[in-house]
Amino acid sequence: MKAVYTYPKSLKRAPFHYCPGCGHSVAHRLVCEVIDEMGLQERVIGIPPPGCSVFAYNYFDVDMAESAHGRGAAVATGIKRAYPESVVFTYQGDGDLAGIGTAETIHAANRGENITTIFINNAVYGMTGGQMAPTTLRGMKTTTTPYGRDHILEGHPIRMSEILAMLDGVAYIERVAVNSPANIRKAKKAIAKAFQVQLDGRGFSMVEILSPCPTNWKMTPVKSWQWIDEEMTKVFPLGVYKDVMENKVAD
Amino acid sequence: MTNVLMDGNSAIAEAAIRAGCQCYFGYPITPQNELTEYMALNLSRRKGCAFVQAESEVAAINMVYGASVAGARAMTSSSSPGISLKQEGISYLAACELPAVIVNMQRGGPGLGSISAAQSDYFQATRGGGHGDYRTIVLGPSSVQELADMTMRAFDLADKYKIPVIILGDGVLGQMKEPVEFKREAPTVLAVREGSLRGAKGRPSRIIKTFTSNPSELEEINWSLFRRYTLIKKEETTFETFLTEDARLVVVAFGIAARIAKGAIKNLRAEGLKVGLMRPITLWPFPDEPLKEMAKTIKQYLVFEMNMGQMVEDVQLALAGQGEVAFYGRPGGVIPNPSEVARVISRLYYQKGLK
Amino acid sequence: MLIKTLIAGFGGQGVLSMGLNLAEAALLEGKNVTYLPAYGAEVRGGTANCTVAISDDEIASPVASSPEFVIAMNQPSALKFQHHIQSGGLFFLNSSLVEAEIIRGDIEIVRVPANRIAEDLGSPKAANMVMLGAFTKKSGVVELSNVTEALKHILSAKKKLLEVNEKALQAGYNLF
Repeated sequence: MKAVYTYPKSLKRAPFHYCPGCGHSVAHRLVCEVIDEMGLQERVIGIPPPGCSVFAYNYFDVDMAESAHGRGAAVATGIKRAYPESVVFTYQGDGDLAGIGTAETIHAANRGENITTIFINNAVYGMTGGQMAPTTLRGMKTTTTPYGRDHILEGHPIRMSEILAMLDGVAYIERVAVNSPANIRKAKKAIAKAFQVQLDGRGFSMVEILSPCPTNWKMTPVKSWQWIDEEMTKVFPLGVYKDVMENKVAD
Repeated sequence: MTNVLMDGNSAIAEAAIRAGCQCYFGYPITPQNELTEYMALNLSRRKGCAFVQAESEVAAINMVYGASVAGARAMTSSSSPGISLKQEGISYLAACELPAVIVNMQRGGPGLGSISAAQSDYFQATRGGGHGDYRTIVLGPSSVQELADMTMRAFDLADKYKIPVIILGDGVLGQMKEPVEFKREAPTVLAVREGSLRGAKGRPSRIIKTFTSNPSELEEINWSLFRRYTLIKKEETTFETFLTEDARLVVVAFGIAARIAKGAIKNLRAEGLKVGLMRPITLWPFPDEPLKEMAKTIKQYLVFEMNMGQMVEDVQLALAGQGEVAFYGRPGGVIPNPSEVARVISRLYYQKGLK
Repeated sequence: MLIKTLIAGFGGQGVLSMGLNLAEAALLEGKNVTYLPAYGAEVRGGTANCTVAISDDEIASPVASSPEFVIAMNQPSALKFQHHIQSGGLFFLNSSLVEAEIIRGDIEIVRVPANRIAEDLGSPKAANMVMLGAFTKKSGVVELSNVTEALKHILSAKKKLLEVNEKALQAGYNLF
């Protein structure tokens, strides 16, 4: 009989603690599938963040080291520089990567650190209870923008893929979403590509994943998937922002 | 190996390379830039080694964390304001039981302060410095030779006890040149620490982390850290005494201040005053037992620091009322000369009727 | 015996290399020595100074609040440090650039036309070495042979400069 579904080898058999409909579990699985398919389980060192995915090390069956909030790219730099044979990825949320860790992210990218970043953008601080993230959309209500994010007072959503794609040290940036089977397949391809870029020693690679957070968005999982298509992708358009392998650079 | 004339910052860098330091991450700040520059020149292109001028002190210490995770001997250096920024990373290093060497060439504070030498980061260094319940080993050198020797010791201690080690120097020690002899040659092969993360090849995957949602589990982690601290205190406490045998008054000072005090004491001895010096070399663990022992016979102490009085609290705690403790301090980056300190000592000596 | 020498002048006059040369010479003589440059914001043309302490015993402080010897390579340094010198000390003035009247009677003033001599030798940049030569002779803290030896070490990467500097050193030494 042909196996149509197997459990990824590098995914531990632990039930996810994530909320129903959360995009983290899908993203975890995709990364694990890519690690397996590329045969990287014995070489990978992952850097999980504080935040909802703080327990990522309970799911990924690879070496992992916890990072302080926002410092993933700096920790990854230290590991990769000390042990260049490793395959290093950071797994970071929007508050982590686009807020407190902006400096670390931009400079690691600009140095062309040969690391891969999986950037989960769900437009909200999840674990702390739904506060405004740097990527929160205009008008969106969160616990710290109870009147809706007003750009005059609270600023604009920050587009990290677009910003990072401008840097010379960056090899590959793609924004994907995990809100439909088709998009999930694309997301997996992007993750595989990002790891390949690292294996080829081309520089910094990042996959930004638009990821549903039904709990803090106060929506059903299905509605969350729709909301990504209808609202989020307007501000955060999907696509390849930079790919030195294909000579695609930022406009 | 012969003596060479070298500034303290460069001597630390050279000693670190000879101690097998594989990775250095830094950020410019006066008065320690010679250390970063020496590493850029001598470590950055060395086989198997890495040097990064980071975008911030915060990034630099987290790179150290990463390199330590991967099993490398790693180091960063800075001066007071930059060390404040590193505290986040130091707390994580301590929590994850990761070795690292952190150099603080102290300058005057608080705030941006001055770039002159001071000792006002004693509290920060000896109490952990960042959030949470932890300690780091703190070494207080007082010459360029000691900077070199203690840098080598710092790497060994860090690995032995899986703990961050702080070298607490100051601007003058960093800037001044003195003859120095390096007692080790650089290793030809860089060792990889046991238990580091290098990919789960031929073994189960490993996790380096502290976060837990179970307070009892974290309590056990804290206990385990402190069991090791007790061992460090027992095994590694280091101090120096000078002419304390028959002393009626003992000056307690560390680092550059101890050196100045020693000069003062020599001059006072020549005048017949029975004064001596007690110099803690490990500032944490603090040599409280030796002080307690000393207090059985010597009752008068003068603590001299280039700050408003920080180590003096450790001296008082150690003596627990068994001796009288006076304090003389100069904050802000002022460096008193030996004759000034001698005046303070002799005034106290006569006031207390020790003649 | 502990001797502290403070050397001051414009940045670019070679004040720090004089101090380093003196310190290296003392090291060759097996003395305890410290060399401390005044450090601060980097300004071209600003003032620079350094302190060299030489002793048979351990040196307590590398800082000199009242040095035995002061070398002032320019006018501002002469004015700034004239009152710091210990009674009975030596005050070396680069008389090519220092016009100030020094009114202290408790110190010996040694005037060295360092720039003029260096220019006569065809190497105006070697004024610092002329002064160091004169200092070596008058102070007697270190031997000229060791100063020369130290100079060779310091200029080991710039051998071309060695000859003019040695010549300047000797010219200063021969002044007294």
